[in-house]
Amino acid sequence: MNKSSLIGIGLAVVLIIALLSSVGQGPSEKAKDDGKLSVGFVYVGPIGDHGWTYEHNEGRLAIEKALGEKVKTTYVEKVPYGPDSERVIGKLASSGTDLIFTTSFGYMDPTIKVAKKYPNVKFEHATGYKRSDNTATYSGRFYEGRHVAGLIAGKMTKTNTIGYVASFPIPEVIRGINATILAARSVNPDVKIKVIWVSSWFDPGKEADAAKALIDQGADVLFQHTDSPAPVQVAEKRGIWALGQASDMRQFGPKAHLTAIIDDWAPYYVARTKAVMNKTWTSGDTWGGFKSGMVRMAPYNKAIPADVVALAEKARKGIIDGSVHAFQGPIKDQAGKVVVKAGERASDKMLLGMNFYVEGVDGSIPK
Amino acid sequence: MAIRLEPRGEVSQGMIYGSPLVAVAATLVSGLVLFAILGVSPLDALFTFFISPVSSLDGWTELFVKATPLVLIAVGLSFGFQANVWNIGAEGQLTIGALAGGGLALLFFEAESVLLLPAMMIAGILGGMAWAAIPAFLKTKYNTNEILTSLMLVYVGLLVLSWLIHGPWKSPDGMNFPESRLFHDQATLPVFVSETRLHIGWLIALAVVLTSWIVMARHIIGFQVKVIGMAPMAARFAGFNENKVIWIALMISGGLAGFAGMIEVSGPIGKIQPMISPGYGFTAIIVAFLGRLHPVGVLFAGMLMALTYLGGDAAQIELNLPNAVTGVFQGMLLFYLLASDVLVKYQIRLGPSAPIVFKAGPSK
Repeated sequence: MNKSSLIGIGLAVVLIIALLSSVGQGPSEKAKDDGKLSVGFVYVGPIGDHGWTYEHNEGRLAIEKALGEKVKTTYVEKVPYGPDSERVIGKLASSGTDLIFTTSFGYMDPTIKVAKKYPNVKFEHATGYKRSDNTATYSGRFYEGRHVAGLIAGKMTKTNTIGYVASFPIPEVIRGINATILAARSVNPDVKIKVIWVSSWFDPGKEADAAKALIDQGADVLFQHTDSPAPVQVAEKRGIWALGQASDMRQFGPKAHLTAIIDDWAPYYVARTKAVMNKTWTSGDTWGGFKSGMVRMAPYNKAIPADVVALAEKARKGIIDGSVHAFQGPIKDQAGKVVVKAGERASDKMLLGMNFYVEGVDGSIPK
Repeated sequence: MAIRLEPRGEVSQGMIYGSPLVAVAATLVSGLVLFAILGVSPLDALFTFFISPVSSLDGWTELFVKATPLVLIAVGLSFGFQANVWNIGAEGQLTIGALAGGGLALLFFEAESVLLLPAMMIAGILGGMAWAAIPAFLKTKYNTNEILTSLMLVYVGLLVLSWLIHGPWKSPDGMNFPESRLFHDQATLPVFVSETRLHIGWLIALAVVLTSWIVMARHIIGFQVKVIGMAPMAARFAGFNENKVIWIALMISGGLAGFAGMIEVSGPIGKIQPMISPGYGFTAIIVAFLGRLHPVGVLFAGMLMALTYLGGDAAQIELNLPNAVTGVFQGMLLFYLLASDVLVKYQIRLGPSAPIVFKAGPSK
């Protein structure tokens, strides 16, 4: 037997001893003795993405601000979908976290799995559709913001072409595209939308490439359903308009940035944390829009004419008081078939499962 | 005055195996400094990073789950690396293996057969082998550089995955999200420590380590691989078939990478999704070198690498350190390993180069 194999065996023995001794001690998770409520967050991007994850982290900070000494918050960023997310969620649950927010669609199955194992921990999963006794779901009616943004875009475009940098062809994203074109066409019937799918939520390089390609195809207003400010930066450079996603992206394109659809999770996060404290937390589904403040508009660009701002504001207030709806019939699909009759509105069920384009969108949904 | 590196006449065998330990030690010391700069108590931080993740049975099982694909792939890669066959595309072979194995699970979705899982394993291995066969064929037939071909095939593999889950394999009730249905129990690797995620893939990885240790140490193939790697001319002179070794090296590394992919989709993931591996195929290259291209070394290197991921989670949760700390630790580990390797084989000399001394006797 040579020297290296002896070393190998020696190390193996050491490892086995270490394993056995640690098992003997049992789980050494830190006991919770500080009496604080512990809230954990799982993020799909880096907190500095200036989009989706950034806003969730703002929500986390809002909890700390509102509840101060009574809470302790923690987060894990850039958690990939799949086995890693299940491990991270499990680790949060086993280390004494009372309430866990998993803030991306891909964490759905792992969240449900871990929730089953830790019935005393409360889970909140963003944008999913699977719930359990201790797993609630929540999301924003971002399409309401897209409606307002679509009105502005319809008025501002000169080439009658809107470019749209999209992530994944899930109902959430298709709904946003449809809300945009419906609103834009209501003020400018000649508008078209061109969509490029980048198959990622956060990939500044790909997002910028898609933005450039859309501009080269004649788009002069850029929408995005991805999380980095790259498309806004490209728009600024090329002298066209852009709409920010998830957070106020003005600083990345002061001239280009018309407005942004802001996801404001703070009120919901604070309310849910208080509910756990008061032991009134129950599972359920929350889908908040302008009315509940979960969706907001960023300040309008000074370059937008006053009558367009007035139009946008009227729509926003109309959505809050219920007189305006982003999916007001008649709505036709790409083939010209009526999917929502005149005088009717799309139901939440139709919105949640939306998998078709309405009239005015170029191309077809990737199958 | 110039600083030069001169080869050491005699390279200490002990130091070749010792240099990973030196690298780990240097990483730990730098970690102390790093944590101090970040404003957390260094010893607390090191404890959180390296000890707390494995201070429970649950932690150990998570470590093994994470290490399984790394060890499997790295064992295969070391085989090729020793023969100077540079398979850089394990990530692609992993992807195709996952598709071959997982595809079987979707094809026989309702099957209630105990044969499904073994069939998936074979399909996974064959898938990885098929993907590695392309660089092997090009290398042996046209002398194409396998580094480039295997690497480029990674991206092709990812596109195949993307096409399948956006199209034919997309779950019918998944709200149009690009991922497959969850596999049935018959297509899922059994868990052997209850209440954890530790699946039998880990036991298979251990068996693979043992087998390849024996093959490398005792079998003629192991000998040929080593000779071709160390002295290709001598190997040719001895009549070893170089093409055969290239094929064997790529088939073993491709097959094991494909197997690792199948284990990931059938084990902890349970479905086919846009991202099957967070770069295991590339991380395994570090693991292979950290483990000195020796199966047992690879086993420990894989566990150490897995520990840095787990430690990164813990450091974020308990110390609010950024995710980048994980990457910094992995980078430091590789950096120090390469640095100590250089210092084991070379010595630093100041001043003009020394006169060349001719020694009598047989040359090395």
